Parts: sequence; structure tokens; C-alpha cells
Amino acid sequence: MQTPARFDYERATSLQGAIASLKEHEDSRIIAGGHSLLPMMKLRLASPTRLIDINDLTDLQYIREEGDEIAIGALTRHVELLKSELLAEHFPLFKDAELVIADPVVRNRGTIGGSLCQADAAEDLSAVCAAVKATVVITGADGTRTVPMDQFHLGPWTTAVGEGEILTEVRIAKRPGGGSAHEKVERRAGDWAIAAASAAVWIDGGVITDAGIALSAVGLTTIDLTRAEELLRGQPPSEELFEQAGAIASEDCMPIPDSRGPVDYKRHLAGVLTKRALRKATARALS
Amino acid sequence: MTAVGDRPIGFGPLKRKEDARFIRGKGNYLDDIRLPGMVHMAILRSPFAHAKINSIDTSAALALPGVAAVITAKDLETLGLAWMPTISYDTQAVLAGDKVRFQGQEVAAVIAIDEYIARDALQLIDVDYEPLPAVVNARKALDEDAPLIRDDKDGQLDNLASPTWEAGDEESTDKAFAEADTIVSRDIIYPRCHPAPLETCGMIADFNPETGQLDLYNGNQAPHAHRTVYAHVAGLAEHMIRIKCNDIGGGFGNKVPVYPGYVCAIAGSIVAGVPVKWIEDRSENLMSTGFARDYIMKSDICAKDGKITGLRVDVIADHGAFDSTAQPTKFPAGFFHIVCGSYDLQASHVKVKAVYTNKAPGGVAYRCSFRITEAVYLVERMVEALALEMHIDPIDLRMQSFIGTEQFPYETTTGWTYDSGDYHKTMRVAMDIAGYEDLRQEQEEKRARGELMGIGISFFTEGVGAGPRKHMDILGLAMNDGADLRVHPSGKAVVSLSAQTQGQGHETTFAQIVAEELGIPPEDVEVRHGDTDKSPYGLGTYGSRSTPVSGAAVAVVSRKVRDKARAIAAQMLETRPEDLAWEKGRWYVKGDPSVGATIFDITERAYSGDSLPEGMEGGLDAQVIYDPPNLTYPYGAYIAVVDVDPETAHVTVRRFIAVDDCGVRINPMIVDGQIHGGLAEGVGIALMEVITFDEEGNCLNGSFMDYLIPTALECPDFELGATVTPCPHHPLGAKGVGESPNVGSPPAIVNAVIDALQPLGVNHVDMPCTPARVWAAMQGNAAPPQ
Amino acid sequence: MNISININGETVTRDVEPRTLLVHFIRDTPGLTGTHWGCDTSNCGACVVQMDGQPLKSCTALAAMCEGHEIRTVEALEVDGKLDPIQQGFHEKHALQCGFCTPGMLMTTRALLDENPDPTEAEIRMAISGSICRCTGYQNIVAAVRWAAENAEAEVQS
Repeated sequence: MQTPARFDYERATSLQGAIASLKEHEDSRIIAGGHSLLPMMKLRLASPTRLIDINDLTDLQYIREEGDEIAIGALTRHVELLKSELLAEHFPLFKDAELVIADPVVRNRGTIGGSLCQADAAEDLSAVCAAVKATVVITGADGTRTVPMDQFHLGPWTTAVGEGEILTEVRIAKRPGGGSAHEKVERRAGDWAIAAASAAVWIDGGVITDAGIALSAVGLTTIDLTRAEELLRGQPPSEELFEQAGAIASEDCMPIPDSRGPVDYKRHLAGVLTKRALRKATARALS
Repeated sequence: MTAVGDRPIGFGPLKRKEDARFIRGKGNYLDDIRLPGMVHMAILRSPFAHAKINSIDTSAALALPGVAAVITAKDLETLGLAWMPTISYDTQAVLAGDKVRFQGQEVAAVIAIDEYIARDALQLIDVDYEPLPAVVNARKALDEDAPLIRDDKDGQLDNLASPTWEAGDEESTDKAFAEADTIVSRDIIYPRCHPAPLETCGMIADFNPETGQLDLYNGNQAPHAHRTVYAHVAGLAEHMIRIKCNDIGGGFGNKVPVYPGYVCAIAGSIVAGVPVKWIEDRSENLMSTGFARDYIMKSDICAKDGKITGLRVDVIADHGAFDSTAQPTKFPAGFFHIVCGSYDLQASHVKVKAVYTNKAPGGVAYRCSFRITEAVYLVERMVEALALEMHIDPIDLRMQSFIGTEQFPYETTTGWTYDSGDYHKTMRVAMDIAGYEDLRQEQEEKRARGELMGIGISFFTEGVGAGPRKHMDILGLAMNDGADLRVHPSGKAVVSLSAQTQGQGHETTFAQIVAEELGIPPEDVEVRHGDTDKSPYGLGTYGSRSTPVSGAAVAVVSRKVRDKARAIAAQMLETRPEDLAWEKGRWYVKGDPSVGATIFDITERAYSGDSLPEGMEGGLDAQVIYDPPNLTYPYGAYIAVVDVDPETAHVTVRRFIAVDDCGVRINPMIVDGQIHGGLAEGVGIALMEVITFDEEGNCLNGSFMDYLIPTALECPDFELGATVTPCPHHPLGAKGVGESPNVGSPPAIVNAVIDALQPLGVNHVDMPCTPARVWAAMQGNAAPPQ
Repeated sequence: MNISININGETVTRDVEPRTLLVHFIRDTPGLTGTHWGCDTSNCGACVVQMDGQPLKSCTALAAMCEGHEIRTVEALEVDGKLDPIQQGFHEKHALQCGFCTPGMLMTTRALLDENPDPTEAEIRMAISGSICRCTGYQNIVAAVRWAAENAEAEVQS
């Protein structure tokens, strides 16, 4: 069996303690669920000198309403996102996504913070959070700062979380008339997406007042479909409109050919899944 | 099942005896074994597909605390173990010395106090490689400018792995094609896939320098044959080698060959003087151990007057860097020439050319009897293509062309003698379970709505149970199996086998055979296997040969005991043996059934101080070596129903109907379980399992993240049916079955996908039918896998 | 580092490297070799144990991360010579062949039944979708879980 190289381990007892340790130890990494990091370490593709285990920081594990926002702690597990009635009511795309992220056993451990920070372009929750226009809260030694999702990913496997900082929370504004959906095509259950699309729409008086669309696995990082969002705003929802949004998705994505498929297929899927996600999101918004 | 008293005996769905330990977590698999003083081995593997090795510096690894030894080809040369024979009379480097010939090839072995440190040490070995151009595409392996892979072999000037081999008759085949009214041609590829048993391969070698005894713990499918090979390779006395298999976490052909890691572990134990454990990780398993298939086939099929008449196949077989395919000596392409399938053909001709490439060696079965899977896939895809061309229902074409029941035993145009069958009946049973007419109706309605639903057929004939010693051997060893039966004074029995279970349920099935033949309840029959010191010689379990060969051996040895019991009973009943008749567990006087002796009465007598018939020895034991007179030929009719998403091209197997005829079923529950498992593998091969390489020869499917095995969500609830046409030459009328579902299911699924895509005019798609590949076919751009 | 983990109700203490994987800790220290491993990438599920009642892939957890938690392995299913209904179900329905995936499957489906005593076939298939079985095609595993659901209180014998 593959085994990781040597490292030091500490179990954080406070958020500030974990942040201090991150700062103090070069090449140290936070570990929560560990289901992305440990396989990389076993393959010896990642060799941090120290792991700071934040699993005891259960203050970071919650899904709750705070005024007109929903706040999700970074240590919240996939299984909790899947089963949250609050999320299912306001942002059902979380459930759509969680049903197809990895498998149920992995979902018991993996966290939303870990998923976002891993910043794999094929990861689903980044698109989900981008589509619903979430903001993430990043905490450092000097306090917290807030970054909107569309500024969170700086590139492949790179995020706005800086040295000595920890992603601590995801916040999503509740707005009336909203509906959302996540669509994914995978080679097999539990596999990373060939392509996936997250969509959210807010409808008032039969008109789409705002929309969010983001794609997984069809670029170096999560793709925000701002051009399609602009197209939708101010329009009444229709199949024709969704087709147009899908066409933009096919154009604006930047897929890389790999064993999951060639570029033309991924572009095609981006379009189909964008259309489907919009269709479902709209139906949910209107129901 | 019948009964002695109130206890069930004999054939039937008996629950498995071996379950008791497995459901408690008390199985004893290789990695569960810990020996005193045991150290661990890890193997450094080549990152390149083809490269010259300029130097290997092991000093930093050796200096790491906890490292006991680092072995390279140089060290093995001094032991004469640098190269080893393959099971196809080729040689394979145990550790690469001159150059590496595939990515993942063994370069050095580290022995350390634990596996973590052994792996740390691998990172400290410095190998200076000089990359060479790699041969990745088998079609280009014989090009004039192709780099020579096997420059180690004297006189090897190109990448041809074995001479072109032919079966059937070219001239009469040409004639059949000249007379035909329809001809269809296709390129059919069976891509490289991998058996990937859930437990990887490994070895614990324990050499005792004082006694010269070598104990090997190793989950393999043919322990006796392995022992003979080690005796030859290592120059050790065969009787001083003992192989213990214990429990094996699946094999499917992957645990047939001898791997370089095994030889390294043996060398390590000889050098270190302590037991050495080596267990490969999953990437090593997928990237270096025996793959399956990789057959590139060009075929023509023809028909006349609505009936299939001829078949032609030209194959390039990709054997990787070393020819270590598993097949009997006389058959360099295995049993591929069973390619005429279930049809009464006028003529057929097969040509196979094997080449070396810079890929992992193998070509072992993946749950298949020596290339029959490739043959069945070929013929069933070609028949489907022909039906498409002829615009007739694919079942009608098959029904028109099947070998008739009255034609058995049937000699095929490539030289096989099929034993028995009623193909029409089995096909009809499958159609009934499927509701075939209704399915076609549903399909028509769906097509009208733009939905893509497909129905795919496969009808296979397998040849399993290798094999008759006059035709078949591996490395000169006849493919026979032994059985040793000892009935103890209390009436309990022990039967020892040379077959080697990897999950097939031998401890139950073989006890049932003894029970059926002797009337001793199966719970009183202990089945022993997996220890070369305690079992008779034989060639093991693969190619669905356990029941056809070992099962027959157990039946015959039981009958031998029963004959002896008859003589004893005659003396006890004061009559002549020929005046006695047998019913389960009892000899009785013909004409007076109330007078008889049970097997338990007879056993007591055999061991007692009472007299025995003149010249007879005491006890009730027997031993046999069984030489099968022919293969057994199981067959089956499979129907797959798939839905293809018209937009995403994602394929769902909605229904799968499998009607198998494997002759008499000893334990129908176990047979059904085997079929379920093989069908799941077929779903995997048809839809997702594939090993591919990039242009430099890098393996792209080296972990379970990319070598995809179907989960419970991709497998439908399989719908099974059975017909029973006994095998005329097997003592129990049984045929093998383990591999049938893997052999028969991929063409049914692929045919179903193509059927679904008929509205788009698609007439071909290669496996695996991934969403991307199916979508490409829908766009008219189907490209074969590389 | 010194690590103590409650495994099957007993505290197991051992000095190990921080990098020691839970699966190795379980197999090496108390010698509970019923927990297997089959891949390196958290895909196969052969290593599934329960941590605080939830299925966990023990190849993808450091032993150090599990200190203070309760680990339950296949060896704890049988109590006082009485098989758990899920064990009996696997035997009744022929839900195992080579037996290598069985401990992980048992611990996964035991947890499913604890949470959902009457799961549908679809729920069972989803619950075991992170575990690979190479032998059974899953059909009899589904049947075994249904058997255990229907015989939750059954008197089962060892």
C-alpha cells in the first residue's frame, strides 16, 4: 500500500492556534476530511512538513440562518450539506451536487472548506457556491476578510486564501424568487465530473432578475459564465433563452482534453448541462 | 436435494461453508500473515516506457536507517535470477539491468523493517535513464523504423513476438465468401483491460538457510505449477518448496502468472535470511501485472440465403514487452479460434500475429478461457453487423444459423468438437424472460419520441476445462488435476484438491460432489486446497476449469471409494458385488431394498478388525489424476437493454437477461453468484474499464481513480434463467460456468448501444462505451481506443 | 507519538509515527486483520470501519486523527456468539465470494441499517456505492441487506 512521507502532526485546539502554527511552520497544511490531501500524500505528490488537524474545531461545523444569509462553517461535512433541510429549501443545488460528489462514505468526512480550498477545477462545490454568489470568509491572525466566490479561485489549485490564513465560512444571501440546480455527467458514480454546471436564477414578476451560472471540469479552474448571466437578466425564462445560455457556455468554457473526453464533447456537455440546470432551477424558482 | 435421515445431501443451493470465517473478518489473506522477524519489500519502477539504464545508485537508500538491502539486476545476476521464463516460453527481466521496456517495470527492490521506510528508500534510489522512443501502437510495431524492444533476445530483429498462427481453412473460406450474397467487414478492437482483483498480488518468502526449505505464502491460482517453475528458476529442489495460498481476495486470471516481485521476494529472503513480505499497491497491480485482451481484429463475415456461412479474422495481438500470455503450448493464440461461435458455418479462417510493444506484459485471461472472450466479442459483433446490413432481426439471423441440436457432437471448421447443446431453446428462454416482442414495441414508441433505447443480443459458446493431455499442456505440464479422498472411520471425509479457490466456493461445491456420490453429508466433508504439501498435483483454477477437471476428479475418486465400499458391502451382506445396487449413501441387495449397508456401516467395517474381501487393504481412501477427454462447452443467450441520453450520450444498462446452460448445476446458488459477478465485470468492460497509454507510453489508468470498476449504481438487477443440457463426457454432466458471463456480456451491451443509435445511422462503436466515445460515434467520429 | 484509540470498546495504545494510517494501526496493533485495503485512492471501500457509528475509509485517515474517537471493526459485529443480522444476511443470500470486500461492506451496511432500518433497494445501492465488489455484482449484497432489515430481531446463530 502507498504510504505518505514523514511529517509532524498537531491537533489544533483553537482557530487562532491553528493560524499561528500555519504561520510558524513552513510547508505546513491544514487537514480536515483529508480525502483529497491524504491520497496525494500517499502518492508522494504532496509532502507537507506538518499537518494541522482542525477536526476538533467544531465551532466551524454548522449550517444556519443569520439574518438574510445562510452561513456554512468550513468544517461542515458533505453529508451535512446533503441532509440539510435549510439548504434544500433555499439552495437545492447543494443536494443535487452532494448526491454525486464522491461516495457516501467519503461524504461523511470531506468538508466544504476542504473542497473549496483544494480548488480542483473538476470539484463540484466551487461551481455550486459560485452560482449562488456566495462569499467566503477567510480568517488570519489579524482577523477576517470576505471574498466573493468569483474572486476566490486565482488559478488551478490556487485560491485567495493566503499564507497563515484559513477559510472559515461560506455565506450565501437568501433572496426571494430563487431557484437553483446542479447537473453533472460522470463516467461512473463517484468519479470527478466530465463536466458539471451549477445554475441559480432569481425570478420576480415573470422575469429573471438575476442569475448565476458556473461550470466545473471545463477549464483550468471553475468557470463563471458572466456573459450568460448578463443575457438572462431582465428576460422572461424560456427554452430558447436557456439554449442561448447553453451556447454561451459551450463557447466560453476552456476545456482540456483528457481521459474523460475531448474538447468538443466537453464544450457540448457544458452547453447541455447549463441548459438543463437553468431549466430545473427555473422550475424550482416558480414552484 | 435428497437426504440421509433428515440431513440434506448432494446437489442444490447449499449455503457456503467458507462464509463463517469471512463474515467474521477471520479470513486469512496474504497481508494478514505475520511471521517472526519478517521484513518488508518495496519495488522501484520505471517512470519511462522505454529507456536505457546508464547507472543505478543505491547508496543513499542503503544509508537510510531501517533499510536492510537494496537489490538490483546486478545482484540477481550473481544468483542467476536476473531473468525468468514466462508461461509462454519467453523470458522476462526480473529487475531491469540493460534497459526498461515498459512504464512500471521493476528496476530495484528495497528491503526494510517496515513498508513505510521501504517506500521512503525508493525515493532515494538514483537511476540514470536515457529515454528511447517507445512503441505504443501495436499496429506500428512492425514498421521498419520501429525501435527494437527485445534486443536482449539473440536473433530478434523486429518486434514480432511469435510467428503468425493460423486456424481453419483459407481456401474454403474464400470460396464461402465468393458464393455469399452479403458480406460485412469491420475493425473490431478488444481494448486492454485488467482483472484487478480487490486483493492485489504479493508474496511472503521464507527461506531457511539451515534446512534449505523455502516456504512461500502467495495467493495464486496454480500453486503446484508455480512450485515447479520456482524449482526450475531458483535451482531449488521442488520438494523443499512449499506454497501456501490460504485465502485469496479474487484472481480472475491476474494471479496465474509468476511475477518479478515474487522472484525478488525469494531472492530477498535468501539474501536477508529472514521472511520477506512484498505486497504490491494498486498502481503496481494495474500498471505491471497481467492485463487482458488488447486484440486488434479485422474481420469479414458473410451470409447466403439468410444464413451465416463464413468468417475471416486477421488479428494483431499486443503482448506488451514480454510475452507472458497464458495459454496451452500448442495454442499461441489461446482458444481464439473458437471464433465460429454458435453457428454452423461453411468455412472460417483465423490469422493471429503477436507483437511486442513498450507496455506491461500480460495477455492473461480476465475471467476467460484463453482468448475465448475476444473470439465471442468478435463473432457476436460481426453477426450483429451482418443482421444490420441484411435488415433482419439479429435473433432471427442467429436462429437461422445456429448449430442444430441433432448436430452434436459438432466439429467446427477450426477444429473444436462441441459436446452438447440446444441453442434454439436457450435463446427462446431468454426472449421470454426479456419479453422480446414487447421490448421491440417499446423501442419503436421511444424512437418516435426521440428517445434512444437499445436492445443487444449475444449468444456465446465457450470451451472450458483445459484440457486433454494429448492436446494441452502449459510449460510441458499436462493440464490434469488430482483429487485425494480419505473417508475416516467415523464416516467423515477429507477431500484434497489441486484446484485453488479465489472465491468460487470450492469448500462447498466439492463437498457437495462427495456428498452426492457417497451419501456423506457435505458438512462432514472437509475440502482442502492451497497447500502444495497437502494436496495432489494439478494445474489449478482458471479457464473455468475447476468443475470440468477437478470436479470430475472428485466425482471419479468418490466413485472409486464407492466401488471399494461395494465390495465390502457384498461381504457384509453375504452376496456378490454385482448383486448390489446403489442409492445415495447405501448399497442394497437388488430385489430386496430392505437389506443393505450404509456408507457409514461400510466405513466402520473398512477400519474395523473384521475381515475384508480377499486381497483388499483396509481403510477407505483413494486418489486419482483426472485427464479430461474433451473441453466442456457451456453456452448462453444474453439480452441487454440500454438507454442512451440523446444529449449527453451517457449509457445506462437498464436490464440484463442472462440464460446460461452449463449442464448440470452442482450448487445453483453459487452458479448464479458467479454469473452475477461476471456480468458486473462485463458491464465494466463494455462501459468503463480500459487501460490506455499516451504517445510516450505513459499508462493513463494506473489507479482506481481512472481504472473504473462498476459500482452498485451501474449494475442492474440481473435477470437470470437456465437451461440444462448435460455434458456427455463429464462424470456429473457438468460444464464450467465461471467465465461465461464475462465472455458473453460485453457484446450484448455494445450491440445494445449500437442498436440504440440506429436512428442516427451509427453502426459501430468501440469499447468502452464511455459518454465521450458514444457521443463521438453519434457525431459520426467514432475513433478506436489507443 | 503516543496514540490511544478506542477500538471495539477497548483502548489501544501504541507509539507510532504521525503518518501511520488508521488501517495499519487497526491491523498491526490489536491484530484485527478483518479490515482490509484494496487501493490507495479511497475508491474501493475494503477498509471501511465505523468511527463514532459512521462508515469511514480507514486508509484515508491518520491514526492520530482518530484519537478520542470510537472505532468499530468487523470483529465487533458478533456479540456473545450471536451474529449480527447483517452477517447472517450475507450468509443467507450468498452476498460474498472471495470475502475480501465483505468486512467493509458489512460495516457500511450495518451503519445504513442503524440509520435507516428499512432501506429501499435504491438506498442500499447508493449506500454501498463507495465500495467495490469484484465477485458478486452487488445483487446478492442488496438482497442480504434487505434480509437483515426484515430479520432485524431474528435469532441468528453463530
